[in-house]
Amino acid sequence: MILGIDSSGLTASVAILDEDNDIVTAQYTVNLKKTHSETLLPMIDEIFRLTGMVKKEISTVAVAAGPGSFTGLRIGGAAAKGIASALGIPVAAVPTVDGLAYNCYGFGGYVCPLMDARRQQTYTGIYEFVAESGSMNNISYSMNAILPQCAIGIEELIQRLNDAGDSDTEVMLLGDGVPVFKEIIDRNLILPHCYAPAHMNRQSAAAIARLGAIYVKRGQTVSAASFAPEYLRQSQAEREALEK
Amino acid sequence: MNISETVKVSKDILILGIESSCDETAASVVRNGREVLSNIISSQIDIHTLYGGVVPEIASRKHMERIDQVVMKAIADAGVTMEDIDAIAVTYGPGLVGALLVGVSYAKSYAWALDKPLVGVHHIEGHICANYIENPDLKPPFMCLVVSGGHTHLVRVKDYGDYEILGRTRDDAAGEAFDKVARVIGLGYPGGPKIDKVSYEGDPAAIDFPRAKIADNEYDFSFSGLKSAVLNYLNSLSMKGENYDQADVAASFQQAVVDVLTGHSMAAIKEYGTDSFAIAGGVASNSHLREAMKKACDELGVKFYMPSPIFCTDNAAMIAVAGYHEYMAGNTADWNLNAVPALKLGER
Repeated sequence: MILGIDSSGLTASVAILDEDNDIVTAQYTVNLKKTHSETLLPMIDEIFRLTGMVKKEISTVAVAAGPGSFTGLRIGGAAAKGIASALGIPVAAVPTVDGLAYNCYGFGGYVCPLMDARRQQTYTGIYEFVAESGSMNNISYSMNAILPQCAIGIEELIQRLNDAGDSDTEVMLLGDGVPVFKEIIDRNLILPHCYAPAHMNRQSAAAIARLGAIYVKRGQTVSAASFAPEYLRQSQAEREALEK
Repeated sequence: MNISETVKVSKDILILGIESSCDETAASVVRNGREVLSNIISSQIDIHTLYGGVVPEIASRKHMERIDQVVMKAIADAGVTMEDIDAIAVTYGPGLVGALLVGVSYAKSYAWALDKPLVGVHHIEGHICANYIENPDLKPPFMCLVVSGGHTHLVRVKDYGDYEILGRTRDDAAGEAFDKVARVIGLGYPGGPKIDKVSYEGDPAAIDFPRAKIADNEYDFSFSGLKSAVLNYLNSLSMKGENYDQADVAASFQQAVVDVLTGHSMAAIKEYGTDSFAIAGGVASNSHLREAMKKACDELGVKFYMPSPIFCTDNAAMIAVAGYHEYMAGNTADWNLNAVPALKLGER
């Protein structure tokens, strides 16, 4: 049983994944401007109470490891650490943008999550789903990062998309950066594009847990002690010290 | 014999304390609210010294990197297992919000995973409770002065968990004034220990810095005027092209702080007829303050208590002790416990 946690942005999301049967046993997602610190653990507690699942059967905690709101990453990250340490289980540190892109599993073109990173930047990446195995009737895809998650300006991202694709490569965009950057995207992105609908356009702990299951299979988990968020940015004080 | 005493004799109570309100990541296991089985403190002071003070975002990041190792070491050094712990106590305010959140989030989820009770502890209450560790005879009621980099409180401890704040600072905390003055006289960060040390070579009566009195509450403190007086003194000398004596400025500034802290404390002891007095907080490790307080208490015939320096600066043993009393009083927290950066003493 994998517990998934994502509190990297405005969304707070927790999920229980039964990886053996590939089923999301429960998912609880809230998109409200409420303090993650107050909501996250009660949400986890609630899905365990409702489903009657046993905490000690959690085998891995998968957490959105960043980028995102520094505070949000720490609330989710410290929660993941505490649970993993108490139960003696590993942490699967899933890149936040990978988790977002995984919502669009199987899409035929590029998937491009956008998170509002402020300071005229976005936390983003460019992903594609590559048919991996199986027959024509049973294809499975692996997610490939053409541009791994990073913090860049929106103009640079649009340029990268325009350079990467043929004129008929479709792009699916999603994330809380969409409302912020939609106008400039529609004006400058020459590739045909669409925006993911409500049920798949924000952080999802089920996606984090499902990617976490792949990390577990590959042996790419970390210990509770060594887990640290990937902020993709230094603190302001460190930046200013470097600029001097 | 009341109920809590029955519990105490029938079974040992082990509390795991976690503290991350500023720049120390700390964890400790304490037995029965008095006996410290382990006391792990991971200080970030070397990092923050580069910036001349605590940088909140860096502090929060460091807490994240270290908290699990610190807690694991506290449990291992105590010679207990996680199952032996009766409750987990964590500082939830006051302090830096980002720093507090790491400890609170970790402690909550740790307690949740093991089905252990969670206790939210006020940081200042922790400092006060540090006095119980080495002084088995100390029991409320007593008077307590809490002085640190973030706090200056004169508190009447009426009972365990029952506090009346008689006075607090109107501007800078005492420790903050030490840091600022140390910076302007070239001693650097952290100011408290550096001023304490260099003062032994200076004359505390060399410069007559002001001792601020607050008109509408005699127990309140103000240190910003004193800080300005030091700046003015340095400026006036520099305009005349004269040099100042670093040790004299440090000793005279420190004497002004010590006089105010001692004066306020003794006045409160007299007014309330308290027979015991304790100091707490990082500034309580200042050797001149400790000596002055001891002398003043001896003159009044009041019993004086102070924690060892290791329990004055931020630590988690004091949080576990405070958590013990809250736990015994039935004050456990829900899973929605949040960090409260401006938490007031006595509030829940």
